[in-house]
Amino acid sequence: METGKQVNTNKNVVLSTGVPVYLSTSSRVLLWLLPLSFLLVAFFYPLSRILALTFDLKTFTSSNLFLAFRVLLFTFYQATLSTLLTLLLGLPSAYLFAHYNFRGKSLLRALTAVPFMLPTVVVAAGFSALLGPRGLIHHLFPLSSFPFIGTLWAILIAHVFYNTTIIIRVVGNALSSLDPKLEAAARSLGADSFHVWWNVILPLLRPSLLASSLLVFLFDFTSFGVILLLGGSQFATLELEIYLRVLKLPNLSLAALLSVIQLLCTLIISLIYSRVVSRSTVQTAPRSAESNIHKPKTLRERIFLISFALLLASFFLLPLSSLPIRSLFRLEADRGQRGEIQYGFTTDYYTELFVNRRGSVFYVPPIRATINSLAYAAATVLLSLLLGFPAALALAKPTHLEKILDPLIILPLGSSAVMLGLGFIISFGAWLTSPLLVPFAHTLVALPFVIRTLQPAIASIPQRLRQAASSLGASPVEVWKNIDLPILRRATLTAGIFAFTISLGEFGATLLISRPEYPTIPVAIERFLSQPGGLNYGQAMAMATILMLLTLVSILLIEKFRIPGSGEF
Amino acid sequence: MLEVHHIFKTYEGKPLLKDISFKVDTGETICLLGASGSGKSTLLRIIAGLEDPDSGFVSFNGIDLTSTPPHLRDFGLVFQDYALFPHLNVRENVAFGLKMRRLPQDEITQRVANSLETVNLSGFENRQVTDLSGGEQQRVALARALATRPRLLMFDEPLGALDRTLREGLLNELRTILHQTNIPAIYVTHDQEEAFAIADRVLILHDGEIIREGTPADVWAHPEAAFVAEFLGLGNVIEGKVIEKTTKGEWKVESGFGVFVVHCNHKHSKGDNVHLLVRPLSAEQEPNIIWGIVTDVIFQQDRFKVTLDNGLYVYLPQAPKVEEKIEVRVKVECLI
Repeated sequence: METGKQVNTNKNVVLSTGVPVYLSTSSRVLLWLLPLSFLLVAFFYPLSRILALTFDLKTFTSSNLFLAFRVLLFTFYQATLSTLLTLLLGLPSAYLFAHYNFRGKSLLRALTAVPFMLPTVVVAAGFSALLGPRGLIHHLFPLSSFPFIGTLWAILIAHVFYNTTIIIRVVGNALSSLDPKLEAAARSLGADSFHVWWNVILPLLRPSLLASSLLVFLFDFTSFGVILLLGGSQFATLELEIYLRVLKLPNLSLAALLSVIQLLCTLIISLIYSRVVSRSTVQTAPRSAESNIHKPKTLRERIFLISFALLLASFFLLPLSSLPIRSLFRLEADRGQRGEIQYGFTTDYYTELFVNRRGSVFYVPPIRATINSLAYAAATVLLSLLLGFPAALALAKPTHLEKILDPLIILPLGSSAVMLGLGFIISFGAWLTSPLLVPFAHTLVALPFVIRTLQPAIASIPQRLRQAASSLGASPVEVWKNIDLPILRRATLTAGIFAFTISLGEFGATLLISRPEYPTIPVAIERFLSQPGGLNYGQAMAMATILMLLTLVSILLIEKFRIPGSGEF
Repeated sequence: MLEVHHIFKTYEGKPLLKDISFKVDTGETICLLGASGSGKSTLLRIIAGLEDPDSGFVSFNGIDLTSTPPHLRDFGLVFQDYALFPHLNVRENVAFGLKMRRLPQDEITQRVANSLETVNLSGFENRQVTDLSGGEQQRVALARALATRPRLLMFDEPLGALDRTLREGLLNELRTILHQTNIPAIYVTHDQEEAFAIADRVLILHDGEIIREGTPADVWAHPEAAFVAEFLGLGNVIEGKVIEKTTKGEWKVESGFGVFVVHCNHKHSKGDNVHLLVRPLSAEQEPNIIWGIVTDVIFQQDRFKVTLDNGLYVYLPQAPKVEEKIEVRVKVECLI
């Protein structure tokens, strides 16, 4: 331990005596100028408008307060249930991945992580394609029809689908970093399996259990797309009620009140979370060469492993694969379609996307939504990199200034998407006719991810690398070209793809501020899904499939370019 | 008395332990000595019940332990990296085994105090184990194992993570404690000095087999196997070929370093390949001589380690000059 500490301080000395990475105070101020003014205009100004609207005496009527309380209660209720169910699936999975080696393990693990990155509309469409009244199961087994879409179960299961990966990651990592000798020591001291778990393993896992549960709870608490598309407006969570009070039963001051409550709740949960995480530095013994990962040996282990792996695989694969399948089969008549109808395989839902039909949901060919989305995403990438780079540069070598500014940068993550949309509507109502607002909203969501991807990459370039390069005869320009640039190129690419993916899938804010004539893919899917008729439904499936494929490609690219350990929170 | 009967174990298709059998008597400390990967830790885990052998079994006082789970065997285990429970303080760590045995609270308090006193850690009860130094942590681990008064103690390289001076001190204490408590012990290490210092009996494990077993003095005097001599660092191990039997019943062996006459009880015939141990101490009355040009001289307290150009080394009381040609009379023994 002693020597380890010394090495560390030495390294710090080397770093701080090296060439300063770029920055004087005045250059720091310059770096912060753009990102801060953006945040001021796009986040803090709308936030202040929402606060102003809330703290108007007219807002605090008894009926408003009563409704807010009821909605808050239900939000807590569904988030708690979702978290418990997620633990129910996540804990055995974490155990499975931490303890066993089996064929296809990394593939299965990757599969469980995919939903987390998928847009909510895709997941909703996937579950609808599998279990919905127009879905595959209902079509194959018409008699066994049971209600799914529109029930609380649909919401809960989609939440489990989304967040199980968090439990697997956090608890699984903690579990596999436990020294297996602790278990051996406990056993040799007379502890049976129960006591080994109760007195040794669980206490050591508690911080990771708490942290992952809080994170899952936070995501379930602010969930929007899943609840709107799979539950419907009778399941009024804070997020959904804000949306309803903006678009369906307009009452902006009530919406503002709800979003302030929402913001407070997420802030409190995040605070507890960061306290848990900062305290959870439980010193586990140095990892020994001996590992507790092994192949299943006994019959009981094999049965557990096979059945649970199959359960996981089908739970995560079925909704995702139902989507493209359903988009290629006509199972019901189109709206107003008469006479001979060709059921079965069809590519109509895709070709129809290019047609601007009278009486269809849009004034433009639906494929325009894809073009819009790509354009918005490109703008978001440019904007968030433009703003994220200077901020990440300053944050890579933090001073007191950065320690104050860092939480401000991350704050937009704590406010929900629908709230961002509400803020934009209140603040920039006059510009709502312009499509420009959308990339600004998307940038707000993407910026923390972009900064968190770039910052560690910039900070991770050890000064020694630059010194080694210059001692080998590289000029400062050549150092930048041969050392900094190649490393940052990957990080920039990753950050850009992050921003792109986030923009493509963003649903909550976009739903509120996008113009009907400039729909994005998620907005178009929502509109298709809410219309009757097989053609509309099929087109929703087709667009969701396109969005899923685009996102999957992005995930693969991110995994390819990502520097391990960056882009995490 | 612990008895290990014909243990076989394969790991990932390769044989790791091949027919291991030995006994440990009451009050006896045996040492399993072997290079890393020789299977010594696995053998400990099998005795502790943490792993199952492919065949063979372990018994204690004549009772087969195959179906006894580890937590009911009452064997204490001490690890190289201590394996202290990081969420418990010193007292709670030492009390763990006693709580598992559901002893009354006052007895637990009493025994924790006693154990900590035995390892010279009185007053450390409320310290966090993560705040202790390596040596202190290992004492806590020892106190934890002693507190339950196990019928066998097992040590898996217990001093491997400590520095030299600390190691010697703790080794002495450990020997005293083992003698006082009279608990039979199995001590696993790759360090021969440690093994010779603590063991009543040494078992040398190589390629999954016990190739030499005996008291430290016996093993030192008669390593018998080439590997043992090499592993213990007893001297130069060289290869040779038997030429003939002398009239006095000794053997003449030819090697790259000259022809040596060795006294040995093995049955040899002409042309046999044998290993020889060339002891590095000069011995005036020996018939065998080695020679060479000095390439390196290292000062070692009361003697000099002298390396010759042919690779042999000897210990001499006076330092020769480098490049000087020297002759030394040494003892040469026959190995298998």
